[in-house]
Amino acid sequence: MAVETHVSVGQEAASLADAGLDTREKSLLERTFGNQAFWVTVALAVICGVMSYWEPVFATEDNFFNITRNFAFIGVMALGMTPVIITGGIDLSVGSTMGLVAIVCGLVLLKQPIDYMPDWWNAATWTHSWWMAVMLGLLAGALVGWVNGVLIAFVGLPPFVVTLGMLSAVRSLAVILSQNRMLYAFRPDQAATFKQIGGGENFGMALVGGFRLSNPFLILVILTLALGLVLKMSSWGRHILAIGGNEQAANLTGVPVKRVKVGAYVLCSLSAALAAILSVGWSGSANNSLGQSYELLAIASAVIGGANLMGGEGTAYGAFIGSALIFVIRNSLLMAGVDSNWQGLFVGAFIVLAVVLEKVRGRRRE
Amino acid sequence: MPVLELQGITKHFGAIHALTGVDMSLEPGEALGLMGDNGAGKSTLVKIIAGNFPPTGGEIRIDGQPVQFSKPVEAREKGIEIVYQDLALCNNLTAAANVFLGREIKSGIGPIRWLNHAAMVKRAGQLFAELKSETRPRHLVRQMSGGQRQAVAIARTRLSNPKIVLMDEPTAAISVRQVAEVLDLIRRLREHGIGVVLISHRMPDVFAVCDRVMVMRRGRKVADKMIKDSSPEEVTGLITGAIHGG
Repeated sequence: MAVETHVSVGQEAASLADAGLDTREKSLLERTFGNQAFWVTVALAVICGVMSYWEPVFATEDNFFNITRNFAFIGVMALGMTPVIITGGIDLSVGSTMGLVAIVCGLVLLKQPIDYMPDWWNAATWTHSWWMAVMLGLLAGALVGWVNGVLIAFVGLPPFVVTLGMLSAVRSLAVILSQNRMLYAFRPDQAATFKQIGGGENFGMALVGGFRLSNPFLILVILTLALGLVLKMSSWGRHILAIGGNEQAANLTGVPVKRVKVGAYVLCSLSAALAAILSVGWSGSANNSLGQSYELLAIASAVIGGANLMGGEGTAYGAFIGSALIFVIRNSLLMAGVDSNWQGLFVGAFIVLAVVLEKVRGRRRE
Repeated sequence: MPVLELQGITKHFGAIHALTGVDMSLEPGEALGLMGDNGAGKSTLVKIIAGNFPPTGGEIRIDGQPVQFSKPVEAREKGIEIVYQDLALCNNLTAAANVFLGREIKSGIGPIRWLNHAAMVKRAGQLFAELKSETRPRHLVRQMSGGQRQAVAIARTRLSNPKIVLMDEPTAAISVRQVAEVLDLIRRLREHGIGVVLISHRMPDVFAVCDRVMVMRRGRKVADKMIKDSSPEEVTGLITGAIHGG
């Protein structure tokens, strides 16, 4: 009996303590300080501040234009990678997908006929239009993502293995389709429009004060807002997070887990396809080696921005700011006169640091 | 009239006879404790009721109507909800998000639909209040105690106004104080006229909240008694086989 009394007193004390804990809603400030993307933003601001003071060239409009355009390609891919990582998956094939899509676009725009295509295809004009290049490029990307998604969600193979296989297979396909050539002799009229998409600025409009922003960067900003909205406000976004949190629970509560997963991989490959279309437009040529090792940069961007490789966490803004940080560091190192061969070391260190930070935060939460 | 009736339920997995001729009935607002040793067939029986797999033989009736389920969703449509042993919650989502997972409230214009967070938080708050639980709709499940997690899992079953709630070992892995919380939640369900089937290894829990106890042993029902006519000693004897049930 004495023991029971003791237990009930303990219970009361515990319930009081718990009640105290329960009434404490997390303040905005607390949430901000616990947020990895916030600290990456701070780091980015500090680096930009130091560089502007130290290296006046850094703070010029031209350099801003260049950096924002350069990280836009990776940023777009990191956005696509984010939902995949949130589900607890990974997509290693995005770099190769860029190569394939670049070649598909290049082949459509090419002046010379392609030997393995039927005559009617080579003869018609509509098959070589800029919009055909965009459509077929996106279609090729979607197809790669669909194969990834079906093998992972419906066949049940591990994402790492499936997309590693695709990394190799898709790159090979790009080389075969291009007959291992670099494609640059495009039809001038159609190529001009196509190049305007990735190489243009301000969407062809004049901005106030003559300020210049590249199209890829503007597209990145729009897509960041769009993905942020989708993750927060759509049931698809909610289901992506649920799958990453507890896939079995999502399944038991009636979330269409397999369909949602396929959607994530299709979206990821589509983002790689878009990055390739922008990149080909910007550079004016299609190379089957485009995007080599970009999968690592895209994954690194998402992870540095706070996406958790174990699943369940990640934001659109994180992907955006993570890719910005990587490219500002690269740019700063170049300007500081550090040999470009050292860049990989710094980027690698930042990836590991990001994961360590995540671990520390995770431990504090438990 | 019983809300749920099982008659002669049999389940074979190949040569293994998991269940043999089990009868069971449950009245609205009644709590039935389902007890038995490991491998006695409790979980198989509950999975059949929840539609995870069909019985080899026998009949299930809900409100007197024979039913057949091939998927859990079909059982849910007939008013059967289940609280899983591991609770099936997503730690990275809020309590409200978990309650509405897979059944989100949406608003929108035409084909464009978006989540109505305010409505879900409000409804989840009402459900927690009905259950007299302190759980906050906006809190992450990760930060919750075992009892609060149970409240989330139980609140989820209340969304559809079920007739029957099946609970698989809800008190297995939580502290003494939280057990009391969960038992209160079960009493709330009964007050709302919901039939509860409680699978448990814990004798005190069954004797605290149940009206009736059903004991299974080796795939057969060995006893079905009112709690007031039984005792923990007797039930223990029935479970181990020391006492042979009628």
